[in-house]
Amino acid sequence: MLPQNREHVSLQFVTGLSEPLSAPLEVGFDYTRSLGPVHSRFATELSRRRIVGVRGSDGRVHVPPIEYDPDTAAPLDEFVPVGSQGTVVSWSWMPEPLEGQPLQHPFAWALVLLDGADTPVLHAVDVGSPEDIRTGMRVQVRWAEQRGGGIRDIACFEPATGTPAAPDEAEPEPVTMITAPVHLHYQHSASPEESRYLRGLAEGRLLGQRCPQCGKVYIPPRGACPTDGVPTEEEVELPDTGTVTTFCIVNVPFLGQRITPPYVSAYVLLDGADIAFLHLVLGCDAADVRMGMRVRAQWKPREEWGYTLQNIDHFRPTGEPDAPFESYAQHL
Amino acid sequence: MADVAVVGFAQAPNVRATHGTTNGVEMLVPIFQEVLAGTGLSTSDIGFWCSGSSDYLAGRAFSFIAAVDAIGAFPPINESHVEMDAAWALYEAWVKIRTGEVDTALVYGFGKSSAGDLRRTLALQLDPYTTAPLWPDSVSIAGLQARLGLDSGAWTEEDMAAVAARSLASAGPGAQRSGKVEVADLLAEPYVADPLRKHDCAPITDGAAVVVLAGADRARELHERPAWITGLEHRLESGSLGARDLLRSPSTTAAARAAGTDGVELAELHAPFTHQEIVLRRAIGLGDDVEINPSGGPLCGNPMFAAGLARIGEAASRVMSGAAERVLAHATSGPALQQNLVCVMEGRS
Ligand SMILES: [Zn+2]
Repeated sequence: MLPQNREHVSLQFVTGLSEPLSAPLEVGFDYTRSLGPVHSRFATELSRRRIVGVRGSDGRVHVPPIEYDPDTAAPLDEFVPVGSQGTVVSWSWMPEPLEGQPLQHPFAWALVLLDGADTPVLHAVDVGSPEDIRTGMRVQVRWAEQRGGGIRDIACFEPATGTPAAPDEAEPEPVTMITAPVHLHYQHSASPEESRYLRGLAEGRLLGQRCPQCGKVYIPPRGACPTDGVPTEEEVELPDTGTVTTFCIVNVPFLGQRITPPYVSAYVLLDGADIAFLHLVLGCDAADVRMGMRVRAQWKPREEWGYTLQNIDHFRPTGEPDAPFESYAQHL
Repeated sequence: MADVAVVGFAQAPNVRATHGTTNGVEMLVPIFQEVLAGTGLSTSDIGFWCSGSSDYLAGRAFSFIAAVDAIGAFPPINESHVEMDAAWALYEAWVKIRTGEVDTALVYGFGKSSAGDLRRTLALQLDPYTTAPLWPDSVSIAGLQARLGLDSGAWTEEDMAAVAARSLASAGPGAQRSGKVEVADLLAEPYVADPLRKHDCAPITDGAAVVVLAGADRARELHERPAWITGLEHRLESGSLGARDLLRSPSTTAAARAAGTDGVELAELHAPFTHQEIVLRRAIGLGDDVEINPSGGPLCGNPMFAAGLARIGEAASRVMSGAAERVLAHATSGPALQQNLVCVMEGRS
């Protein structure tokens, strides 16, 4: 059964002047990185408040250590202890720190040449203002309370005060893995065509568009027909009935699964559309679902609707005779 | 091996933010139509398609696949993608034509930087073990490089501001920034990330660019004055920031020497920061008589993953219009000019 109020069309909608829909998109993952022998040695030494570099083919001591020489590509394994104090080689001011940076109040980024090293390390220096830092300034490591996390064991650098903190004498557990969280924030925009489709869904309507060149009806409509490379134009309202073109039975449980297996994930070709979309087929035994089966949308209660195809909870069999194979053979 | 020439170029307006999707379709469809109309080619005439873009910029996996829709990819096409500036996609297309596999190629790059936080996103191109976990942003790293030059006397803040003033004055229509400004006025502005002021940093830009390449015979059919590529080379420096010589750009020097830059009259340089233009001019060995960035360059609009390709297109346009005989284009990728590409082109009578 189609939802009510199909006639309702907002003024914005008719004029087509509405802005495309957009929404925040959060993308994040806590990467676990196995370190290999060189980075593992560096991280292990950091965990006990020591810093090591590695000697390159030309004799330079690289801090942080690098696995292969930048000029000769030779593998490097001669570790060299360096100091926890050093000299600022260059700096830039960070007036408004970004998420994830070592300090969350204004600070200086600096290239710091540690005593005994030949290449500088990039890190933060905790000083109050740009007037409090200069090239050539002596700085020292401020160690993090919690260690074992690689480069973040150095909380930041600070102006040098004299004697550096003594390293831990206990033999540390080798650090072979670090966790590096990456969390990025986006404002995701739907295309104008997708926006019309999503606004239609919020009103319980299924809006496709026809390609002006090949005549195919796409739902969702497209900024470019994949065959012709032109935007779809003519709006086509589609019914909420269609045909299962192909399907699979999900038997495997996975994280975040909302339905108890076995259940059916199927491509549904709406009547009048030229492209199928993926949805659920419920309301019958999974073993009874078949290619050609006729189905109808089961909408969620109206108060749960949003700008999403999830307004349709699932598709269920209509009981009609199966569609002939030729009617969907071109859409597999 | 076949000679290869640029026969077409188009780019989307450089703007701070578009309403479009991160898959670039809305920016690409019009410029594909423009460049195809300009060359008289249809999509079915194109032998190879190659693009540059980034999933990190788009915030979604395989984002370039949706952009393929803008091509009209049926019947199936010969297509490839690089997760780099599209100048490197052009390199791949150039190789494809040189080997004789195809005789035309369409190269495109796009990026919607406004969707995310570009300064943070670019931190992810740093060493993932010892540098990226600190989230050093792209502007701060450029600031460290700039200060090395200021402290050593390699350049001054006036030199940097002069680059900005010249760029803004020469920016063409479609640029994001332009205008007549005095160096003294620029130097009176506050720092955004000491030692960098706003004018030292390329703006954050949404945009796209497209270039059409053709092999020798086709190029003469498609354009009366193609921009023939006489050298195309790229070189890379260490991923360890501290191990690099940030005052010079050894990879640019090596690429330029291999490409052969004698006699170039103008250069389009992909320098997203003012001091980097100075580094590049010296690394290539460009004299004062060489015109730099007549388009305004990246300081007037820097669409990620398209700006390097746009440098090639802009330089080629000067040859195709007859305004120049021999030109150079440069593209960069990675932090503080880590990887550099040099393309030299010329007109032939
Ligand atoms: Zn079509």
